[in-house]
Amino acid sequence: MNTRIGTRETDDPLLEVEDLHTTFTLGHGSVRAVDGVSLTLHRGKTLGVVGESGSGKTVLSRTIMGLNTASNVTISGSVRYAGEELVGRPSKHLRSLFGPEMAMVFQDPMTSLNPVVKVGRQLTEHVRYHLGLGKSEAEKIAIALLTSVRIPEPEARLDAYPHQMSGGMRQRVCIAMALACGPRLLFADEPTTALDVTVQHQILNLLAEQQRDRAMGMVLVTHDLGVVAGRTDEIVVMYAGRVVERAPTTTLFAEMRHPYTEGLLRSIPKTSEAKHTRLNAIHGRPPDLLSPPPGCKFAPRCPYAQERCRNEEPPLTDPETPGHSFRCFYPIGTPENRAAYESNLAAGLPQTLAAAGQLLATEEVA
Amino acid sequence: MARVIATRLLRLVATLLAVTFLTFSMLELLPGDPVDTLLPPDANRTEELVAQIRAELNLDDPFFVRYFSWLGDFVRGDLGKSYITGQTVADTIADRLPITLQLAMMSIGMALLIAVPLGILGAYKQGKWPDTVTSAGVQVALSVPNFIFGIFLIWLMAVQLQWLPATGWNRLTDQGLVANLKTSVLPASALALSQLAVFSRLVRSDMIATLQENYVLTARSKGLPDKYILFRHALRPSSLSLMTIVGINFGALLGGTVIIETMFAVPGLGFRLINAINSRDILVIQGITVFIATAYVVINTVVDLLYSALDPRIRRS
Repeated sequence: MNTRIGTRETDDPLLEVEDLHTTFTLGHGSVRAVDGVSLTLHRGKTLGVVGESGSGKTVLSRTIMGLNTASNVTISGSVRYAGEELVGRPSKHLRSLFGPEMAMVFQDPMTSLNPVVKVGRQLTEHVRYHLGLGKSEAEKIAIALLTSVRIPEPEARLDAYPHQMSGGMRQRVCIAMALACGPRLLFADEPTTALDVTVQHQILNLLAEQQRDRAMGMVLVTHDLGVVAGRTDEIVVMYAGRVVERAPTTTLFAEMRHPYTEGLLRSIPKTSEAKHTRLNAIHGRPPDLLSPPPGCKFAPRCPYAQERCRNEEPPLTDPETPGHSFRCFYPIGTPENRAAYESNLAAGLPQTLAAAGQLLATEEVA
Repeated sequence: MARVIATRLLRLVATLLAVTFLTFSMLELLPGDPVDTLLPPDANRTEELVAQIRAELNLDDPFFVRYFSWLGDFVRGDLGKSYITGQTVADTIADRLPITLQLAMMSIGMALLIAVPLGILGAYKQGKWPDTVTSAGVQVALSVPNFIFGIFLIWLMAVQLQWLPATGWNRLTDQGLVANLKTSVLPASALALSQLAVFSRLVRSDMIATLQENYVLTARSKGLPDKYILFRHALRPSSLSLMTIVGINFGALLGGTVIIETMFAVPGLGFRLINAINSRDILVIQGITVFIATAYVVINTVVDLLYSALDPRIRRS
């Protein structure tokens, strides 16, 4: 049987990540995909990790779980799971944690199930391996799991192949698979990105419900601030491999301070807007991580960027409200920010003009 | 299923028509006369004798007449008999086929047995020393022609160590398994080497691609051991192109092990085919060709069926 590390009663965090770096060495340089990330997750809580494609959020979750094992990957820093350091542990040890302690739901259910292996076996092979169960016991568990993720006719599904199921069904299978050994920490890496909007809600609700029932900690990785809004306790916003803002969910939405977080929020289309309104994209592209800008990584796209931002990287501030820190010299809502905006607007900085256009558009509708 | 088989049969008929017609035409273009090989060297070659033999064998009929008369016999199940030995072509094939079939299956079996683990190892340890070493070995195996390797095997096992006879063939049915293996291991090994190289390359490259798949990452995230992932998750999706090549090789081996059969004095189908070509023994050539073409079509059908066994997405509902 699996042995639990630590106990449920303690108030120690379930997951503590400190100054984690993941570097990919490529032929023509190296990419720091995760660059000094620290975060904490308590038992039974949900942490949202938000950022654009390429911000390092997927690499972060895979690094925490120890799944980045390619030979060109260098990892430094610390990942403590229930008090136990995981960085540098042999993969054999990590494997014993995968399933009973931590599990992951991946982004694309169309490709994350093996097309030539029956659903029943995929659901329970690790249960049998970790818990040493027989075939008939495993089958019972598989049926119970499929029932718990609300798949109709679970008995019949055991002999089905993944291609005989819809995307939403497959993601339910993936969730059931991740939950099979009763993990205490679940990583959900963009679990709904590849799905229909109608199915997205069902899957997110299912995850939330399972998390509640099982008192799991969950790391919900997404590019969509809307997804994490009502479903997380704390949010970490990532940009170019770094945490740029971190706050309890309610605090973040009440008083976001980082211009990137603001940009992400503004880029969510609203139904209250007039039809055919131009989508509010963040100006420009994420930086090339092979040669990142010297100062603040967001400065080239930031409507408030000043000379200082381009030369000096702002540190993560000490929390002013509890648990709220950010990486910005001119945070949103300060007079300095307003002044920076005015001067950039007067100077005709393209991203500021773009942002101004967006502001005007939303003000008109309001 | 019935429709699949019907299409296959149609394809077989078309293939056989094309193959037999082309073989017949090619033989027509060959210089030489079967009569020359029929007559003993010291025979008194008179015009009358030659004419008589030609008439007996219908060699003077026009090309199309001869082809269609052969085709008519073939459809009735008569492949004719050898001009030279008088043995029926059907008997010749029945006599020689088991030998060639055994060589083909043995060499493919040996190659697969070694190549699949090697390919998996190479993919799993991609770029590390086990991969570098096997890749280098495979490169060497690819560049050695099988008859050179055959000569080496004879030198080593028969001449130096004297463990195995250099040539000859003991029939499985007459002399038993051990005696048979003594004569079959060397030619089968000689045939296996280059196949082994090709197979392990295929498995390695397909496996490397499969190991990049998301479902392999999923399997790893479930804490399954690497060996389990390699064999239970990655091997099947990585063996489709291997199946194709094994099928093609099998067909090729049935008709094309001439050099190895000659070198080891193995009385197989290829050996017989070459004899027949040398002596312009047209009916034997035709018969063996028909057999090989049929075998190819059958093998391809089997490979297609194996595809659907390997990948449920290909299965018809």
